[in-house]
Amino acid sequence: MLTTVLQQLINGLSAGSLYALVAIGYTMVYGVLRMINFAHGDILMVGAYLAFFGISAFMLPWWVSFITAIILTGFVGVLVEKLAYKPIRNASRVSLLITAVGVSFFLENLFLVLFGGVPKAFPIAPIFHGVLNYNQLYLPVVSIYTPIVALVLLYMLLYILHHTKYGMAMRSIALDIDTTSLMGINVDIVISLVFFLGSSLAAVGGILWSTQYPSINPLMGIMPGLKAFAAAVLGGIGDVAGAAIGGLILGISEVLIVAFFPSLAGYKDAFAFLLLILVLLFKPTGIMGKELERKRF
Amino acid sequence: MKRNTILTILSIILLFVFLYYASHHFSRYTIIILNNIAITMILAVSYNLINGITGQFSLAPNGFAAVGAYTAALLSLTPAQKQAMFIIDPIMPFLGSIHLPFLAALIVAGLVTAFFGFILGFPVFRTRGDYLAIVTLGFGIVIDIVANNAITITNGPLGLKGISNYTNVWWSYGWLVFTIFVVMSIINSNYGRAMKAIRDDEDAAVAMGINTFKMKMIAFVVGAFFQGVAGGLLAHLITTISPTLFTFFLTFNLLVIIVMGGLGSITGTVIATIVIVWGSELLRVFDQPMHIFGITTPGIPGLRMIIFALLLILTMLFAREGIMGKKEFSWDWLFNAIKGGIKNGK
Repeated sequence: MLTTVLQQLINGLSAGSLYALVAIGYTMVYGVLRMINFAHGDILMVGAYLAFFGISAFMLPWWVSFITAIILTGFVGVLVEKLAYKPIRNASRVSLLITAVGVSFFLENLFLVLFGGVPKAFPIAPIFHGVLNYNQLYLPVVSIYTPIVALVLLYMLLYILHHTKYGMAMRSIALDIDTTSLMGINVDIVISLVFFLGSSLAAVGGILWSTQYPSINPLMGIMPGLKAFAAAVLGGIGDVAGAAIGGLILGISEVLIVAFFPSLAGYKDAFAFLLLILVLLFKPTGIMGKELERKRF
Repeated sequence: MKRNTILTILSIILLFVFLYYASHHFSRYTIIILNNIAITMILAVSYNLINGITGQFSLAPNGFAAVGAYTAALLSLTPAQKQAMFIIDPIMPFLGSIHLPFLAALIVAGLVTAFFGFILGFPVFRTRGDYLAIVTLGFGIVIDIVANNAITITNGPLGLKGISNYTNVWWSYGWLVFTIFVVMSIINSNYGRAMKAIRDDEDAAVAMGINTFKMKMIAFVVGAFFQGVAGGLLAHLITTISPTLFTFFLTFNLLVIIVMGGLGSITGTVIATIVIVWGSELLRVFDQPMHIFGITTPGIPGLRMIIFALLLILTMLFAREGIMGKKEFSWDWLFNAIKGGIKNGK
């Protein structure tokens, strides 16, 4: 019994870390622009595809391919922001959301047309190979690396946010974008940086996701993207540490529910939305959330 | 005022005369497209009520249409048909024995969908922010999961077959006229003005004593009702429904329509529906191989979707008002335009 629980906890921790990595991107963009970046899940998919092509088409060593993919995905995020979001930053919020849905649909169908809808096998990097057996515990190596990678990246991000000037600028924009720009801060560069960081983290999430469930397809980003948003709301939208905590809670509870109520396995993907509705009903600000100022534009 | 009412009734009669002619002389393919236009228009007009008029971004239509389609189909199928169809698991006893005429099935479908709308709206409208979008997007996915897994209700991935082909131009355009009438009545009432106030400045609306929760809820639930009915009409048009029919593409299509037509303009929605439904029939050429100047390009399935997505983004970036902005067609406007035209002509 204890082993089962421990086993499921580790599985949940690994799934939760993935949600956390994606949720951070959502929450950061929401923090600075007050918009739900519907394309964030698809950015995760772009990251996985770039890593895939790095390894299988360009024959790069896995770590070169991963790093290139992560950086390139960051720039894809910046490009999306510059082309689609920046021109209408001051329009109504509904306009921003509609554009984001459009970008999401565009990316999915662009990749469908370019690379086909058939799932491709994702090459697993050598260090992620293998399984550890310890006292009947079955631990795929990637499930051990995932939480560690997530934790290190979260620490780095929190350091940037709280101990650098750019981080201070990001927090300041989250509070009040107009005043921040009056203070002589180049708001555009800081927002681009937010998209770069969020998209790179999504790419890391995408690569780890594809390693755990070793196949990729153009629609793979939808589900993790939506669940990660639920996680971000659970943690308190706008709060980076909250997003990470929300991701972990979501991942662990999902795995535990399937483990203890196998008959509900088919409904596993619905759980995140139930959770989202419950959070909105009982604590709309989330676990770490503070009341965000109500109106932006 | 009286003149306008008479003109409106006259043009509705004209529409039905046209439909009478169409149903006797047009090809089956054209009739199906005509039905498609009406059903899409019901969906789009009721969708515009929450998105365009009230300014709350919902992504619910595909989920609502699915609920409506399944409810209406389950109610109008005969018990014998249902017994024969549910081969994986037998159907739930209550659902298996119930049988209603088409109109009653559609109305119940609308009511059930409206109830779902209420359940979704209740947690969301108590908070500010854009949670409606993500909750309704999740709702579409949950409905898909339920349709695939709740086999005793929905027959799972096999879907429902052999639904009677009740939907014809009379049913679909009859419901369309009713939908537009109800939505326009709401827009021109105190409720409609309150909804527009919420869209334009929610803080000011609250300060004026508008019950924003109630107004958002009315817009959302009324929209849900008609989207459920449209789902039921769709089910009885194509006679076979399965979970794959109600994907996010349906909602996306409607979003393109209401954005193109102008968020907040029912006239714009009507125009844009006709353009987009016909247009997407024309765009089907991209899915097939093409021969241009002796060069053969392979058919690219999915290119249509990219065009739709680009259309939406570009409209948002460069023509945010769409075709009509927030304006509506009215007879007064038409007469003034004609008078102005005559004056200028002199």
